[in-house]
Amino acid sequence: MTQLLDIRNLCIDFPMRNLVLNAVKNFDLQVNAGEIIGLVGESGAGKSTVGNAITGLLGKPGRISSGEVYFQGENIRDYTDEQMRKLRGRRIGTIFQDPQSSLNPLMTVGKQLVETIQECLGLKAKDAEARAIELLNDVGIPDPQSRLNSYPHQFSGGMRQRVVIALALAGDPELIIADEPTTALDVSIQSQILKLIRRICDERGLGVIMVTHDIGVVSEIADRVAVMFRGELVEVGDVNQVLRLPQHEYTQNLIVAVPSPDKRLHRFTCVDLIEGEAAQSKIDVQSHWLGKTNAGVEASVGPAIQVKNMSLAFRLKNSVFKSQRTFVQAVDNVSFDIQQGETFGLVGESGSGKSTVAKIIAGLHFADTGDLSIYGQKIGPKHNDLARRHSRTFLQVVFQDPYSSMNSRMNIRDIVAEPMRFHRLTENESQTRQIVDDLLDHVGLGKTAARRYPHEFSGGQRQRIAIARALASRPRILICDEPTSALDVSTQAQILNLLRDLQDELGLTMLFISHDLPVVRQMCDRIAVMRHGKICEIASNEDLFESPQHAYSQHLLNLMPNLGAA
Amino acid sequence: MPIPMKSQMTMIDTDKTSRLSRFLDNDVVWSFTHSPMAMIAGLATLFFFSVALFAPIIAPFNPFDPAQVMLWDGKLPPAWAAGGQSQYILGTDDQGRDLLSTMLYGGRLSILVGLAAVLLGMVLGTTLGVISGFAGGLTDVVIMRIADVQLTIPGILTAIMINGFGRAFLPIEYHNQFAIYFVIIAIGLSDWPQFARVTRGATMVERNKEYVQAARVIGLPSWLIILRHVLPNVMRSVIVLSTLSFAIAIISEATLSFLGQGIPSTTPSLGTLIRVGNEYLFSGLWWIAFFPSLVLVLLVFSVNLLGDKLRDILDPKLR
Repeated sequence: MTQLLDIRNLCIDFPMRNLVLNAVKNFDLQVNAGEIIGLVGESGAGKSTVGNAITGLLGKPGRISSGEVYFQGENIRDYTDEQMRKLRGRRIGTIFQDPQSSLNPLMTVGKQLVETIQECLGLKAKDAEARAIELLNDVGIPDPQSRLNSYPHQFSGGMRQRVVIALALAGDPELIIADEPTTALDVSIQSQILKLIRRICDERGLGVIMVTHDIGVVSEIADRVAVMFRGELVEVGDVNQVLRLPQHEYTQNLIVAVPSPDKRLHRFTCVDLIEGEAAQSKIDVQSHWLGKTNAGVEASVGPAIQVKNMSLAFRLKNSVFKSQRTFVQAVDNVSFDIQQGETFGLVGESGSGKSTVAKIIAGLHFADTGDLSIYGQKIGPKHNDLARRHSRTFLQVVFQDPYSSMNSRMNIRDIVAEPMRFHRLTENESQTRQIVDDLLDHVGLGKTAARRYPHEFSGGQRQRIAIARALASRPRILICDEPTSALDVSTQAQILNLLRDLQDELGLTMLFISHDLPVVRQMCDRIAVMRHGKICEIASNEDLFESPQHAYSQHLLNLMPNLGAA
Repeated sequence: MPIPMKSQMTMIDTDKTSRLSRFLDNDVVWSFTHSPMAMIAGLATLFFFSVALFAPIIAPFNPFDPAQVMLWDGKLPPAWAAGGQSQYILGTDDQGRDLLSTMLYGGRLSILVGLAAVLLGMVLGTTLGVISGFAGGLTDVVIMRIADVQLTIPGILTAIMINGFGRAFLPIEYHNQFAIYFVIIAIGLSDWPQFARVTRGATMVERNKEYVQAARVIGLPSWLIILRHVLPNVMRSVIVLSTLSFAIAIISEATLSFLGQGIPSTTPSLGTLIRVGNEYLFSGLWWIAFFPSLVLVLLVFSVNLLGDKLRDILDPKLR
């Protein structure tokens, strides 16, 4: 095996206003021809920065402060800008995360490919076109000849990522840097793309650096894995060896935090390495304000949430004439019950309507037809403030994106206190403040958090704040809409543990929405699988994962990346 | 194996508690004080504002005091030119008023009119824009079509029209007294569609963010969501726009006054002075038009530059 890339002692700094961020510290890595190296780490670990440094695309104000990068024996730190430009594309190809934005929407795919091929290889237009067809054929695009004239929007997400891969191969490079190539794709497409990258790597003897946060991806295709933590390389080795017998404590924690699809654990073995500062002092929920029920909420028997024959169509194209309007059936005759105290999972790929169902229940959307009742209170499909008033305090939502779910102009105290103040749940302001402090403490943030603003917190901490806010109205039902999909694995494990703890302490009913099957496996008691707005199957956790009935459920389960099988 | 827990960052002390020092530590303030152009524009604007504010103290004469105005001193050139008198540094206008003092008072009037007009346009436009963007549907269509229609007519024409209506309905003896209010209302009303458009766009972006949905789930009524959540988050673009609009408002006032539709010449604004000067331009009395024009250009330029730099600084995408 020939060595392609040799990174020695690489250090990358980002000098900022009042601090110097050492994004990468003393990084050593060798890449051989024909092997795929998975570069794993959490957000901010510096893995993408390494990739950008190799291609000379470090964003300002980043700079390589020391260390060498040898590509086929040549030190590319000595290269001029012109040489670097030639290196990119011709000898190092890049695959970016989002196929939506890495193709020019105004140029046909063929034109983009031919242009790149001509630029890189200096071929004539006709030869370049022949080569473009060959490349598209190689990456598995059917009927490449006619697809040359299609625009990027005429391809699906997975197909578009194939085109991006073809573009990366256009200059016949020896090394490919793939930066989260499957993160923006659905699971079923993810595995196809991974197989494609593996095949191309084997056929052409390419070296591939696969930057990813997803250990599942790495276990599926990589030969070797390099683990980064806070800018440092903590472990490199054969993929099976690292995943089975991780040496470094961080790697061990990372692997433990990955939700397992095989068996259901009660808690994740917690990882206080990553966000360890949060000193928790739990309150005794039973005797606390939080443990009491709101006035006017009487205990009732029967299901917490009942959804009957719910349907909602979104208008795609509006028109004065009824016949000209086009609709998409986002929710199609959906029915289910959620029992008190259970965690009900809704899974499905993007666009399956799972979030829409949650929003209808939360009163953010309104269904066209169907019945909704919450704790026996009929709400009906339409806008109904009067019936809603009853459920306002005891139904809360934890949203997906911790960065946009809080008003950045308000401090944490005001954010968390808002539901209490609005519904007048406390006797006076000092009690409100006390409860806010207790809540923040309880979800694992310090007492000082209340005076600060959202931007001072990391994604995981913000999600804790969002949970504290949701708890502040003393809810009985918590709707979690992909609460951890924007978070790193280890943070995800902590947040899931927190939700579990809270459920046990407060007897919460949870509606848990996720596209991530292993997470659902860990969290939910019963699960509904959705596709195209319809529910395919409702089954208990064990039944669904052990013996799925519906063909689509089986298909989804087969696609799960499995660490154990690596 | 031990874990390297040393922090990735070498932080310089950020544990500041006082409000002022935290404000000064703010990224926006930092970007502002570290951009030379922004500082120059800011200081120049500050200079014009303070000169206008302290005009009664700074100005050597009071141009509105008939006792200080000597008609026989009229049309004197600047002090350094032949025939100039040393007490009239920049010369005098046709009525014998010291040009420097008149300009100081005139600039004061121009800035006052500009501020009031922008405030009117801002309040009106932002209110309608936020409502339009948040409510959507028919409300949105109606408000934005009205704005579109108004935008098809040049702003200055709208202002002339509104001003004309105002004058037509008021007895002639009140004209001079109320002229300034007409000008303010006229400019303010011609200004609101810009604000409405910008805030509507910003509101539509904010409306779909999860924090607004969170507020909905809590049960807050729409007006409270707008007031507490949406408005503070669209204010950034409003502030930038109002700086740029302020410059335009000053020009609009000057144009109205130049056309004889604005501030009367008994209490001249910069535009009025330029109009008066324009009549004498070809008789060689260049200074009456020149100095007010120069001040107007510098004032508008620095305010515009300030607005432009503020936009760069406040919009993280352009930074």
